[in-house]
Amino acid sequence: MPVQERRLILANIDRDGYTPDIDCYLRNGGYADLKKALTLDGPAIVAEVKTSQLRGRGGAGFSCGMKWGFIDPKKNTKPVYLICNADESEPGTFKDRQIIYKDPHQLLEGMIIACYANNVHLAYIYIRGEFVLGAQILEKAIAEAKTEGFLGKAINGTGYDLEIYVHRGAGAYICGEETGLIESLEGKRAYPRIKPPYFPAVLGLYMCPTIVNNVETLCNIKHIVRMGGAEFAKIGKPNNTGTRLLCVSGDVEKPGYFEFEVGALTMGELINDVCGGIKGGRKLKAIIPGGSSAKVLRAGERYKIKSKKPDGTMEEKEIGLLDITLDFDTLAAAGSMAGSGGIIVMDETRDMVECLANINTFYAHESCGQCTPCREGSLWMKKVTDRLVAGEGLPGDPKLLKTVADNIAGRTICAFGEACAWPVQSFVAKFPEEFAKHAEGKVATAARKGTVAQEPSKAMEAA
Amino acid sequence: MSNPRAVDPATQLVEPEHAFPVSEAHGALVTFPTGFEAKCDELITHYPVSKRSASLPLLHLWQETFGHISPQGIEWIAAKLDLQPINILELVTFYPMFRQHPIGRIQIKVCRTLSCALAGSYKLCDHFRERCGTATSDAHGIASSPEGKYAVEFVECIASCGTAPVIMINDDFHEAVTLQRADELLGKYD
Amino acid sequence: MKNPFNHDHPPADTPLVNVQIDGVWTQMPKGLNAVEAARRVGKFIPHYCYHPKLAIVGNCRMCLIETGGPKMDASRAPVLDASGKPEINWVPRPAIGCATNLTEGMAIRTDSPLVQECRRGVMEFLLINHPLDCPICDQAGECKLQEYSVQYGNDHSRFVEEKVKKPKRVDIGERIVLDDERCIMCSRCIRFAKDTVHDDVLGFTERGSHTTLAVHPGQRFDNNYSLNTVDICPVGALTSKDFRFQMRVWFLKETKGICTNCATGCNTIIGSRESTLYRMTPRENEAVNSEWMCDQGRLGFHYIHDPKRLTQPIARHGPETTPLAWSEIIPQVAERLRQFVPEQIGIVASGRLTNEEAFLVAEIRRVLGGDSVLTDYVPRFGRADGILRSADLNPNTHGVTLMGLSNGGASLADLRRSIDAGQIRALVVLHEDLTAEAGWDGATLQKLDLLVTLGLLQNPTTDRADFILPGASFAEKRGSMINGAGRLQRLNRAIPSPGQAWDDWQILLRLKEALGGGNGLHTIEEVFKAMAAQVPAFAGLTLSRIGDLGIELEAAMPKETATE
Repeated sequence: MPVQERRLILANIDRDGYTPDIDCYLRNGGYADLKKALTLDGPAIVAEVKTSQLRGRGGAGFSCGMKWGFIDPKKNTKPVYLICNADESEPGTFKDRQIIYKDPHQLLEGMIIACYANNVHLAYIYIRGEFVLGAQILEKAIAEAKTEGFLGKAINGTGYDLEIYVHRGAGAYICGEETGLIESLEGKRAYPRIKPPYFPAVLGLYMCPTIVNNVETLCNIKHIVRMGGAEFAKIGKPNNTGTRLLCVSGDVEKPGYFEFEVGALTMGELINDVCGGIKGGRKLKAIIPGGSSAKVLRAGERYKIKSKKPDGTMEEKEIGLLDITLDFDTLAAAGSMAGSGGIIVMDETRDMVECLANINTFYAHESCGQCTPCREGSLWMKKVTDRLVAGEGLPGDPKLLKTVADNIAGRTICAFGEACAWPVQSFVAKFPEEFAKHAEGKVATAARKGTVAQEPSKAMEAA
Repeated sequence: MSNPRAVDPATQLVEPEHAFPVSEAHGALVTFPTGFEAKCDELITHYPVSKRSASLPLLHLWQETFGHISPQGIEWIAAKLDLQPINILELVTFYPMFRQHPIGRIQIKVCRTLSCALAGSYKLCDHFRERCGTATSDAHGIASSPEGKYAVEFVECIASCGTAPVIMINDDFHEAVTLQRADELLGKYD
Repeated sequence: MKNPFNHDHPPADTPLVNVQIDGVWTQMPKGLNAVEAARRVGKFIPHYCYHPKLAIVGNCRMCLIETGGPKMDASRAPVLDASGKPEINWVPRPAIGCATNLTEGMAIRTDSPLVQECRRGVMEFLLINHPLDCPICDQAGECKLQEYSVQYGNDHSRFVEEKVKKPKRVDIGERIVLDDERCIMCSRCIRFAKDTVHDDVLGFTERGSHTTLAVHPGQRFDNNYSLNTVDICPVGALTSKDFRFQMRVWFLKETKGICTNCATGCNTIIGSRESTLYRMTPRENEAVNSEWMCDQGRLGFHYIHDPKRLTQPIARHGPETTPLAWSEIIPQVAERLRQFVPEQIGIVASGRLTNEEAFLVAEIRRVLGGDSVLTDYVPRFGRADGILRSADLNPNTHGVTLMGLSNGGASLADLRRSIDAGQIRALVVLHEDLTAEAGWDGATLQKLDLLVTLGLLQNPTTDRADFILPGASFAEKRGSMINGAGRLQRLNRAIPSPGQAWDDWQILLRLKEALGGGNGLHTIEEVFKAMAAQVPAFAGLTLSRIGDLGIELEAAMPKETATE
């Protein structure tokens, strides 16, 4: 019996007859949680979110309650802003768009509650530029919510005012980084800010305290208010609470997005039971578990995972790739991360050098160019993997790739440095034989640099 | 002063002027469609703290209205927001969605990134380019057909990896696009 | 000069904190950044984008260091080592020194193996797309890429790919050329233009490794401070049209000078080789110009090498001119001057004279008849720009005023009228061209029986002079001036005067001796001493006591700054 989905965020999404308009939302109990929130005071809601142990769903998995808690209402005299990070652009991730396109009021309700809790009166939804329709849907939803009195002046008859505007990005991945996003929202190039001193909670949008939360994170707020933080914390596992939207793409029979309690299932259950196994009955080769910047995991690897037993003592277990439970801590213990929940599966026919070349092309294109290691290193790594793919490899290339990546990670202004270095570090370390083959300069697998072709012979055998 | 060596010790340099250079360099003024400026003004109200924040919205609006962002567009938006033109040019060249030159009317964006590549997006992009008869790409990777009908661009992840390969035609997403489906879509947008 | 940022000079009342730098505990102002803190104890943290007067952006990553804080025990008390000092908990991730602000108990390592590795990595990244065209680059010799590459970089390149191509020889302004391939995107120039001189025309276009420094098409980077970006550009991306390809910098002799283009008196470094001055660059003086100067002042030296430069003492008799030795001409000038009564003599002094020269002119005037000798100077006004330019274009108005040689220009008209009326028959003109700068016409000068000029360039006034005395420029002499804000500053000799041209103070001293006998002055130091004995504002001072950064005069003096 496969593990059942637990649809909290996705409860109504893709349900027959469910539409993104406010009437449908209200018919399904929408905005009841906002009404409840408005009867509480802000700090009480912040406390509930802390109790819920909700961790951010954007990629870093940072505690949402702690993030909110950084803004001390007693000390702070400036206005506080909230920005919904809807710049979904981590390759392999396509969860936020489901919410935005199919249940926009859920996001709005979560966001309004979050704003109310933190005494925010002006908030923005920074949505990636390509979601043209998504931006229109959100704008319509905002207008509807205003008409119904859930937004604007004196919300729902209280003294609380809030304006939310939709702000469209224009195709830059780096805007997903919260300080890059803030710069972009200020009308500048999305150059991430140095931290310290520009922590958004202190010096954010317009140098005021600012909360930046992911779409999925904000939706969770609504459910936390409904069920209470303690009840929410019972979903999932301690420190890994709630549900998680998982996006599966690549070489599986049934790719898609799913919602499970955090840690409720293993990678194997997700791939084989939920997604119907590897495409064409082929064998699994590798999985990128949390968006393209997460370190790749190789089939057949063994991981030593420490966990707490019910009696409080620690135990160490050795597990395989398919035994990894999908939660923040286990994936971190396996040397990768849950990241944005984007799981990319590669089968046995894939050339890992080509896959890395594809990823490197992405990061070289998306580097903002502000700081030296990332600006120069991301393009360098792309050029090297392009050469490897084209059959022009040199013996020192694998080592070169590793050391270039090592010189980026941990040395940059923002986490993009890690995002572009981790794939290189992990691919080169885990698939040495494939890189060595390319480094001999004899393998030219792809017709064109960056292509990821399936080896025709194997693919045909498998079919 | 054409010769910098001729700076006279007692001569004041001319102060730089930053007035909006009214279109002399860029041909005739474009005519704004009705409501364009009002829409700009409305967008600026979304940013009560700093109107510089309206840069991206105004650039989107300009591009939607005129197809691309001309030098005049950059200067007009800069003047509108009390900025220097370089402040806007910095954005136009940073954000991939903005274009400084006209491209084909039917704009096809094929996703290039890993999940779509695994699903054959390189072939799909080649197919589109072939069917649309587009020439080689410009500096920003956009290939337009000579008669200006199509523009094909190989873009980075557009967040629909579960239904790869995905494309956008103008503002619409199309998912799981096979070569056959590609031909059907081209017919639909003709 | 008010900078938007002053990272190297925190307010004097900043409290001190205990910090450990490379193992040594010391006290530093709280909040000082690690680059500056290290500098104060003689440690250098290399950096490109950081500049003490510009906003901190942390983009070059060259100043990565290790940081740590006191190790705490369970009771949140610091764990002490054997010597009673706190043990340090080192942060595994390196941090940029420029944005590491000191707090109590902070520790930094400026040269650990991790730090060295970080620098090697950054150097490699900066060089892979750099053209490495040092042999034809003007920055060679003062290039931070070169310097840090030697000190912190690798000895070979691992980069075998094609380099990124970018625009070369971009004409971004009247005085500056940009080479985008050399640019390391540190953004110093952008920040300077935007925040310091409010001319926001520079920016980055494109993205990632293709990021390109640019001026908006149709605009120019032409403000009067543009050349400061050439100084702060750590590489050869921005070069001065005036200086490029003129001289390799390692041949330049550096002399501390002051700019004499206006009353601000920006402190300068004069770069010269043999007898030629090649460039002037600003020298840091927080009390005057910080680290900047205006382009006008910076380039306003070429006249000293002008073909019209006077290099020979000349006496004129009708249409005949006779070159004379100094030993011949000075007695002749004295002899001619002595033939006039005080009321028949006029002196036009100049705000370009040093204090010592003005003092000697005042002495000569005293010998010739004191107050009866009608004397004034030529005022010269422009527009203050709120940054460094003073409205007063004379470098030493205060000095000539202090020596009693100025009536604010009000007597110039009287002087001219008296000459036209035939009352004044002899005129001594110092460093002024009365036709161009005071608007006199030749007819007035023609009426004189005796015209003596001391100056640098041939001009319509010297063309009518009976005696032409070639003097020394600001770069060729010693002496002092008082800037508009009342600061006494020193000129130093960088190059010799051309030909027979001579130090003005020597000329004036000899003339005074020829007129009224010697008084035991033989050196410029002695002239200053004699002046200090007479002028209360200089009481107790000597030329050497002025120092390289000058001193604010205590004597009440009309204060005038660039911002007024």
